[in-house]
Amino acid sequence: MSELANNFGRRLHYLNADYGVKSWLLTRDHKRIALLYLASISLFFALGGLMAVGIRLELATPGADLVQPDTYNRLFTMHGVLMIFLFLIPSIPATLGNFLIPLMIGAKDLAFPKVNLASWYVYNIAGLFTLWAVAQGGVDTGWTFYTPYSTTYSNSYVVATALGVFTVGFSSIMTAVNFIVTIHRMRAPGLTWFRLPLFVWAHYATSLVIILGTPVVAVTILMVAAERILRIGIFDPALGGDPVLFQHLFWFYSHPAVYIMILPSMGVISELITAFTRKRIFGYKFIAFASVSIAVLGFLVWGHHMFLSSQSVYAGAVFSVLSMLVAVPSAIKVFNWTATLYKGSVSWDTPMLYALGFIGLFTIGGLTGVMLATLGIDIHVHDTYFVVAHFHYVMVGGAIMGYLGGLHFWWPKITGRLYPVFWSKFSAIVIFVGFNLTFFPQFLLGYLGMPRRYHVYPADFQVLNVMSSAGATILGVGYLIPLFYFFWSMRYGERADRNPWGAIGLEWMTGSPPPTHNFHEPPTVDWDAYAYLPDTPGGTGEAWDAAKPTSEAPEHG
Amino acid sequence: MAEIHAPGLAHHFDSYQQQKEAAFFGMWVFLATEVLFFGGLFCAYLVYRSANPEAFAAGSRELDIVLGAINTAVLIGSSLTMALAVHAAQVGKRKMIAAWMGATILLGGTFLGIKVVEYSHKIHEGHFPGPNFVWHGPEVNVEMFFNVYFLMTGLHALHMIIGIGIMLVLIPLAWKGRFTPESHNYVEGFGLYWHFVDIVWIFLFPLLYLLDVG
Amino acid sequence: MSEHITPIRTYLLIFFALMILTVVTVAVAMVDLGALNDVVAMGIAIFKASLVVLFFMHVKKSRLMTKITVVASAFWLLILFGLTLSDYVTRGFL
Ligand code: HEM
Ligand SMILES: [Cu+2]
Repeated sequence: MSELANNFGRRLHYLNADYGVKSWLLTRDHKRIALLYLASISLFFALGGLMAVGIRLELATPGADLVQPDTYNRLFTMHGVLMIFLFLIPSIPATLGNFLIPLMIGAKDLAFPKVNLASWYVYNIAGLFTLWAVAQGGVDTGWTFYTPYSTTYSNSYVVATALGVFTVGFSSIMTAVNFIVTIHRMRAPGLTWFRLPLFVWAHYATSLVIILGTPVVAVTILMVAAERILRIGIFDPALGGDPVLFQHLFWFYSHPAVYIMILPSMGVISELITAFTRKRIFGYKFIAFASVSIAVLGFLVWGHHMFLSSQSVYAGAVFSVLSMLVAVPSAIKVFNWTATLYKGSVSWDTPMLYALGFIGLFTIGGLTGVMLATLGIDIHVHDTYFVVAHFHYVMVGGAIMGYLGGLHFWWPKITGRLYPVFWSKFSAIVIFVGFNLTFFPQFLLGYLGMPRRYHVYPADFQVLNVMSSAGATILGVGYLIPLFYFFWSMRYGERADRNPWGAIGLEWMTGSPPPTHNFHEPPTVDWDAYAYLPDTPGGTGEAWDAAKPTSEAPEHG
Repeated sequence: MAEIHAPGLAHHFDSYQQQKEAAFFGMWVFLATEVLFFGGLFCAYLVYRSANPEAFAAGSRELDIVLGAINTAVLIGSSLTMALAVHAAQVGKRKMIAAWMGATILLGGTFLGIKVVEYSHKIHEGHFPGPNFVWHGPEVNVEMFFNVYFLMTGLHALHMIIGIGIMLVLIPLAWKGRFTPESHNYVEGFGLYWHFVDIVWIFLFPLLYLLDVG
Repeated sequence: MSEHITPIRTYLLIFFALMILTVVTVAVAMVDLGALNDVVAMGIAIFKASLVVLFFMHVKKSRLMTKITVVASAFWLLILFGLTLSDYVTRGFL
């Protein structure tokens, strides 16, 4: 019967339901759109990575041996723009979020499937604008586009890049609106708010930040473009404008944007920690509310990027205190994850390695954030490598670790295949080692006074810089390995069954890969999230799994 | 499970009710982003006006209050006709939907027409910001007022143009009877958008035209 | 949520109220009240906007979530204005 099996008698799922380029480019299926996004963002991740290679090569020696100063400025700017706007911000939401949210809440699709597909096209148009800027020679303003340099003095392709950033904002907004409406309106019967997986809560909070923050940066970038094109002076002090206003408007979005990057990753970690400790998460409601309060408090702290602008010291002091407040919900999460580990039956599968890596590295990143938020300290280390190390600990050590952990956790669900255990653990360890070798020395460099964004430095700093460049090489290799085995697994990997980790959650009730409309029978939920009960017989994920009516079609016809 | 094929009901929704609630809620969330979008400009207005009070007053005196007030009335009128179009959809009068939307387009077009007249006056007087901006009065930085004026009203007008474009699509659909009392989310959702654009103008009018009139 | 159909009469009433308020704003602006002019102008604008939101946009009869969305967007606007101004206003204090 065509509902359940295709012509070859194989079980029908979203990947083999239809073939051909058109069936992908016009798909409305959130799972296929997630894969389209995966392809697009991986491309920009690779490009951004190439820029990083250039940066680290240049910094291996104190002199200007490889590139001109102007080229160097373009390298780190394009690195930042590509990584932040085109990779990290969409990364987890557009791929894992897109794929999993409908599955996790027992829906057939997102609320607005056409908008979802459109968002992918908008994303790619934004990518093209940015690539166009790169092809013409790039931008040299830094990813922050500070005025009046960006509006009046820079001789690079600011408008094209601005157009890219402006456009990609629309794609985030489309995704976020979709998520919010879907989570509100399309949950399966019985799936109350406090039964939702924390991954869903995290995406809800992320979407709030996106819809309330992104429009402000969009209009700000628009003003920058207008100023450049019309040669007016909205932010140019020579023409009566105020560059500090630009910073306010920019950071109103861009501080919350760091939570756009980290919150989804935190959501992934909550899933991984429970699945691999076989324990109910410690303090479910605290983590759920922590996500939302991070989203809200995240809007009250942006001035900590402006301590050394002409911002009033009183505002600075207030922003300093408020910034420390955001650390509270972040810390709550870290404590709850570690508390969940306590006395859990921990299994060391690959996703769990990433989760543990996340916890350690995010803690370092977050604590150094609190140091930076301390007005008196920031005056000394602002715009040094200390800041660079801080944000790479949270964005690479935090956000990307979570992204990779999540990909490894749900890969069997997404593709129906398993990847090689040895290589995946090996690469997780390589990434962890390479990461720390790259970025820990940068804390020291910054503390010793090496400023960011220069292509030359005093010879005293060379040892630490060489360590960093060496670490970056290791890190790069670590990122390449998964690329190979993921591709390999799609063809040669062992077939995954419905629930390879024995985890609890609606997404594990349906087939791997899931059928086009996700569930053959619309599910009803009568259990709490992570209902692992390790002390009671039958409380494991496997037992839970066996007790549930399968909502999957028969395997292999 | 048997698929129920109801006209206008997408497969992933269980009922018209769910579909409708999703559509409206999505529209409202989108409008929240629009509020913040204009919010960035209003923030710039606040900062620059408090830094240059005389310049803003002087710039504002250059604007034509009569045209501004007429446009306010025209736009409020278009909100009324839009509301009536939604009403027609709710009671299932397909031709009236099209007619009231047509009226909305007419009023929106009138607004834009008047805006063009105003813009061309300003450009003619050399008040378009840029290297050719001229100002003979004693106030400094009047150009900033016009930066803000053109950006805010320009983006507002762009929203209206987009709105008119959408109505040009919706009217033939309405005429053909695509919208029923059960299923007319496009009409009602679009109505929300149009009223939002009206609200933006309700704030722009006093902030730009009515400084220091007395 | 049962379908609430706002009667045409209500729409007309709101329309006339908005028109009158527009005349009032212009009239008040003609009188020099000093700083109070802005307060009155914004007060009237907020009132007009509320009428549009509540009646033309049916928020008065909408679900709680819609109301929360409206209030939240206004609140975020205040965060943007408030914290930005917290810088500009306190610069002179030193
Ligand atoms: C735990 C709460 C956090 C606090 C208190 C905090 C604090 C800070 C402060 C004060 C700065 C400014 C340093 C300077 O320029 O002198 C900063 C920079 C930065 N932070 Fe954090 N941070 C936190 C978490 C995060 C997270 C989670 C991310 C990203 C996922 C992040 C990403 C960044 C970035 C990208 C910058 C540099 C922006 C630039 O100038 O290019 N931070 N952080
Ligand atoms: Cu920040």
